[in-house]
Parts: sequence; structure tokens; C-alpha cells
Amino acid sequence: MTLDITFKHENQVLTIYLKGELDHHAVSKIKDTIDLQLVRAPVKKLVLDLGEVSFMDSSGIGLIVGRYNRIRSLGGTMAIKNPGGNLLKILKMSGIDKLMKIS
Amino acid sequence: MQPINRMKIEFDSKSTNEAFARVVVAAFAAQLDPTLEDLADLKTAVSEAVTNAIIHGYEQKPGTIYMECILYPDRITVIVEDHGVGIEDIEKARTPAFTTKPELERSGMGFSVMESFVDSLQIESEKGKGTRVIMTKKFLRG
Repeated sequence: MTLDITFKHENQVLTIYLKGELDHHAVSKIKDTIDLQLVRAPVKKLVLDLGEVSFMDSSGIGLIVGRYNRIRSLGGTMAIKNPGGNLLKILKMSGIDKLMKIS
Repeated sequence: MQPINRMKIEFDSKSTNEAFARVVVAAFAAQLDPTLEDLADLKTAVSEAVTNAIIHGYEQKPGTIYMECILYPDRITVIVEDHGVGIEDIEKARTPAFTTKPELERSGMGFSVMESFVDSLQIESEKGKGTRVIMTKKFLRG
């Protein structure tokens, strides 16, 4: 199982597109890649697009909360886009929807 | 109720096996023709249990994870066992957002997710001996 990651950086908005399954194995591989992007150029808003993520467990929650804390410490905000049915369930039960906008 | 089918496997406590374990369980459970949502819930709970065994049970060191699935006409029981360090305080471990490994950005939501996504969850653990997680998911026919 692999997780593909692509970035779009435009007007200080960094959008991360993930494709695949977001578990502990995948998270440990992409965490540093995302953090590097956050310090390469100024980012005011971090958008995580989960539209192509077919599976996520609580390791994904850890990744999201960790990046949320990081972007907040840099003075920015974070949002999540396009989570599918099962992802939305886990995002809501962990209270992520109270931390950031999910659309 | 008598079981209608069983299977047992063991595999190394490597993170690549998280996906393997949930796919195997889903394939076995598919015999009951569950809904996609029930199957997704089961996969999530299995993924949490196996991840816990790797990160907490064996503390990311080599070890063996034992998994058993028992099928009944309307449900599946999945047992995930490790012979790792064991859990110091099970009640504390079940508390939402409690984690012993914040430095790894663990959310502490593993057991909460399991509780929400299956119908029953039993945790047995002994310090220095290991942990056994027993979960049962009922299926509405798909």
C-alpha cells in the first residue's frame, strides 16, 4: 500500500493532495516531507485535500493535529477538504471539526 | 452460537503489515456479505489494534503479532495479540486522547476509535507478558 503526496503552493496557501491509505505506516513516511514544505516558503494557510484517501485511522488524526499545531505556531490556519464517508466519521469523533473547517 | 468459520495468522510487527492485516480481515469477513460501511469500520478497528501492537506492544522492535478471526452467521470476532510490554493501566489507555507517546504524535484515539467502530471491545493485558484485544462486529446484511 502506498500513499502519494503532491503539493500546490499559491499565494501563501499550501495545498496537500493525498492519494491512498493514511495509516501509521504512511504517516511516518510523509510527516517530514510536509514539515519541510511548511518552512521552505511562507505559508498562511495549509489545506489538506483528502478526496483521494480511501482509508484513514487514528494515525491520520495524529498527523492532522500535529500539522495543525505546527501551522498555528507559524501564525497560519488549516482546513480539510473532501473527506469521504468513513473519514468524516473519524474526523468528527476525534473533534477535528471543532479545530478547523472541513468542507 | 456456533462459529461457521475460523482462521489464524501470525506476522512480523512491521508497519507495512497494518494494511495487510486489515485487508486479510476484510477478505475473510466478506463471506458474510457485510455492507461497505460495516467493512470499513472493521478495517479501521483492526488497523488500530495492529498499530497499537507495533508501536506500544513491541515499541517498534521486532516481534510477532497473532491474529485470529472467528465468523458467526451474523458477526465476526477478531483477536489481535502481541507478546510485548503490556499495558500499565488499561482504563487510562482507554481514555480518549491519552497517549504514552506524544513525541510520536500519537493522537491517543486508538481505543476510542475501536470502541466506536465495533460492537464490543475487550482488552486483556499483563505487564511484561503482552496484550490481547478481542473485538466483535455485528453485520447487517449488505
